[in-house]
Amino acid sequence: MSTYDRSMALTGQPPKELNRNQKIATLIGLFGLAIILLTAFNVDFPNKSIWLSISLASITIGILWFSWDMYSQKEPGIKNDGVWFKSISSKGFWGWIAGISLTSFYIILYFFPEYLGLVQKGNNTGVIGLFDPLSRALSGNPASQWFVYGTLYTVAILAFGIKFIWKYRHNRYERIRTMSVMFFQTAFAFIIPELMARLNGSSVLNGGSLPYYDLKNMWPLNYYNFEGYRIKGFLSSGDIGFALLIFGILSVFVISPILTYKYGKRWYCSWVCGCGGLAETAGDSFRQLSDKTVKAWKIERWVVHSVVVFVTLMTTAVIYSYLGNDTSKYWLTKSTFLIGVGVLLTSVFTLVMIFKREQFQKDAKYGAVGYLVIILALIGFHFFSGEGQVFLFKSETLRKSYSFLIGSIFSGVIGTGFYPIFGNRVWCRFGCPMAAILGFQQRLFSKFRITTNGGQCISCGNCSTYCEMGIDVRAYAQKGENIVRSSCVGCGICSAVCPRGVLKLENGPLQGRIDSNQVLLGNDVDLMTLVNKK
Amino acid sequence: MENIVIIGNGIAGISAARHIRKLSDKRIIIVSAETDYFFSRTALMYVYMGHMKFDHIQPYENWFWEKNNIELVRAYVNHVDTEKKQLLLDGSRALQYDKLILATGSKPNKFGWPGQDLHGVQGLYSKQDLDLLEVNAPNKDVCKRAVIVGGGLIGIELAEMLRSRDIPVTFLVRENSFWNGVLPSGESKMINEHILEHHIDLRLGTNLKEIVSDENGSVKSVIIAETGEELPCDMVGLTAGVTPNIDFLKDSGIELGRGIKVNRFLETNIKDIYAIGDCAEQHEAIGNRRPIEAVWYTGRMMGETVAQTICGNKLEYKPGHWFNSAKFLDIEYQTYGWVFSERGKKDYEEHFHWRHSSEKICITIAFNKENNRFLGINTFGIRMRHEIFDRWLTEKRDVDYVIEHLSDANFDPEFYKHYEQEVVSKYNSDFGKSIALKKKSLKRIFQIN
Repeated sequence: MSTYDRSMALTGQPPKELNRNQKIATLIGLFGLAIILLTAFNVDFPNKSIWLSISLASITIGILWFSWDMYSQKEPGIKNDGVWFKSISSKGFWGWIAGISLTSFYIILYFFPEYLGLVQKGNNTGVIGLFDPLSRALSGNPASQWFVYGTLYTVAILAFGIKFIWKYRHNRYERIRTMSVMFFQTAFAFIIPELMARLNGSSVLNGGSLPYYDLKNMWPLNYYNFEGYRIKGFLSSGDIGFALLIFGILSVFVISPILTYKYGKRWYCSWVCGCGGLAETAGDSFRQLSDKTVKAWKIERWVVHSVVVFVTLMTTAVIYSYLGNDTSKYWLTKSTFLIGVGVLLTSVFTLVMIFKREQFQKDAKYGAVGYLVIILALIGFHFFSGEGQVFLFKSETLRKSYSFLIGSIFSGVIGTGFYPIFGNRVWCRFGCPMAAILGFQQRLFSKFRITTNGGQCISCGNCSTYCEMGIDVRAYAQKGENIVRSSCVGCGICSAVCPRGVLKLENGPLQGRIDSNQVLLGNDVDLMTLVNKK
Repeated sequence: MENIVIIGNGIAGISAARHIRKLSDKRIIIVSAETDYFFSRTALMYVYMGHMKFDHIQPYENWFWEKNNIELVRAYVNHVDTEKKQLLLDGSRALQYDKLILATGSKPNKFGWPGQDLHGVQGLYSKQDLDLLEVNAPNKDVCKRAVIVGGGLIGIELAEMLRSRDIPVTFLVRENSFWNGVLPSGESKMINEHILEHHIDLRLGTNLKEIVSDENGSVKSVIIAETGEELPCDMVGLTAGVTPNIDFLKDSGIELGRGIKVNRFLETNIKDIYAIGDCAEQHEAIGNRRPIEAVWYTGRMMGETVAQTICGNKLEYKPGHWFNSAKFLDIEYQTYGWVFSERGKKDYEEHFHWRHSSEKICITIAFNKENNRFLGINTFGIRMRHEIFDRWLTEKRDVDYVIEHLSDANFDPEFYKHYEQEVVSKYNSDFGKSIALKKKSLKRIFQIN
């Protein structure tokens, strides 16, 4: 163990002191945040547009200047020197301060937006008031706490995205991937939905209303997509709305599986997704903090799959609750819907068990059977018990508790707030139902894998340490085994930090992808035959 | 139950233990004085550089050993009594064995330089060396300059480590170009340039004369043999290679050369005692290999082989095609087959060298000029697929085939620029050929019919 002291300085141990440029950059960035903080205490700035611009600009410039000073003077290459000496990136004092501040911000954002200046009827004040001019310029509406959050989120992804690109400028995969993440956040998550909201009520839509819709954000990540008010929104907006509804369904059942088959989960999780985008850019400094123990892995598998079951159940209940029984009014009745869901789940389960059974571990098999039985039992239970409650709960209770527990607490407060403590992909790893479904497809049906280069691994552990999803990559690499894990998001960092060039993200033939012999080249063939003969 | 004792918990000893456990339920005891648990020696540098904590370079969680019923003993072996089949631990305890595997590794070379045992002088091999480095060179205030003596893989890693803490480094290399006893001149030259880019004071063709002491018995400076120049410094790294760590075996009756003499079954002259890894010395070199190979991969292979022998499937140590890899600061290096430096080049060996016009990327392909057979490849800054070269070497492909199918071998991350076309053009113009590059084929790579 190294014997250096861990000081409380932001600068960490030698040679990690901030130089003068970095100190000035930090100051500029904090000045931008200070403006926002002042508005939170109801300091009223006269010209909001100008002060908002100054604030966002100085945050951005601070981050960019700092990164430029850190990386531009160095040779292109891996830049992890001193990561574990810095207090902020090694769960030191500043790591905890950052974690606590972020978490508090999320709690206020999700549960007490009035402290940020949200006024239901009338003009916003405080922070939200500061963002009003930008919101009006984009969508024509006053800002909400989600608009404030969305703006800061986008600024973070853009500024830290540039930092990431500088850091990995020798690596073309990382550069292109980061540009993709930055694009999808800015265009799809931020600007397009605002503009779509602007179209509301316009003649194009014949007076209907289009829901605020981030096109790349699909069910079950946006668990609310098939709720009554959304469906009404879609259907009231004529052809465009109907097209969006169809797109929402297709993206879950057709588009996403095809893309996952071809490219694995990374087509979404580290190229498109907003949560992934923040994790990869602003969260990059914390990727080494994810827990790699076998224990963490066991917890992860159970938690993330339980969330999928929960979201499936909840969505079924919600859709069910607004369908009717009269076949002449509804083309889809409550009963047909429930039968449909039952048939779909059973057939997916049956197909997997028939064709991919040998790829499941024992506990996963029990889990799958268990979950299927629970869901079918609940559906059946309801089906035969008639009206009233949906399942054992009211659908509204189910939706509310999901939205509170998973949608707010998990994805926001813990998932992002705890970046500096648990690493940057806590949500993606333990909580995201979308990641779990894509992971399931990736594990069983995709062409994607991480290939290990023969016998070249030296078990150094860089890959495992820097895996944000907590996969013990080294455990596979040192055996010469392909890495086909459902949790892998394809960020490519394991391959980047490997000092021996052992790992490669690859789309290849399905044959031999999972049960590939563990090939450690080096010994002559006779010995390897023996070793493989277990 | 048979008692297997392994001395040394490096990659060789641990590979042996793991494979014996896979194949049998014999009692396994591993003795090490260095650390409680196995760690990756090659990764020690990353702990100093702050990329990883020491825990991270331990490939198995601490519960792994108990779960797999592998007993770990932290002790120093003073003596091996081959008559009584007994080890003397820490000068006091005795440990019985039925079969003994020696996997004691190496220690840094010292060539009798004046002052080589002063405070502040050290090698870099063990965990203790790393701890010592934290004392000798914790930062640039305590260590105002470091001098590294010896231009090999450990030397350049040590230089990179010290530079990560902004410590000024002077690198004394005996050869007139870095590692040119191993690397062909074009590659060695490129690494020279890269070392200078990292602001390392590289002194080629320079020997150490003396390390000068201050009044406290610590390093004050070094004197260079050729010029008589005195360089003030606070730390001296001795990285001029390693020798087997076998001093404790001197009076044991086990046959020793520079290392522990073993036959192709990794058996020593004494029954039931085996030696593997850095400390083992073949009676006769295998192929082009050296009798002692202090390389991670060969340690692992010997461990796997000896495990077979001990579990009743007596097996000869038959390493396949040579391969190795390293990283020189930011440049990754891989080698498959044999590419010798000018110094070690065979009569029949001819080289094809390509270097990128601006990036630090190059490859050298060695082939037999008499029959055109492909002998080996060195790559810098391009990753290549091990299996493909292993296959091509086994199939005894000729060099034209290799050049033509180079795209199949590329292992760089997606979207990386490819240079095969440039390589092929250079090859065609160097040797007056007209080879056309074949497109990468997954069918060929994965051998799908």
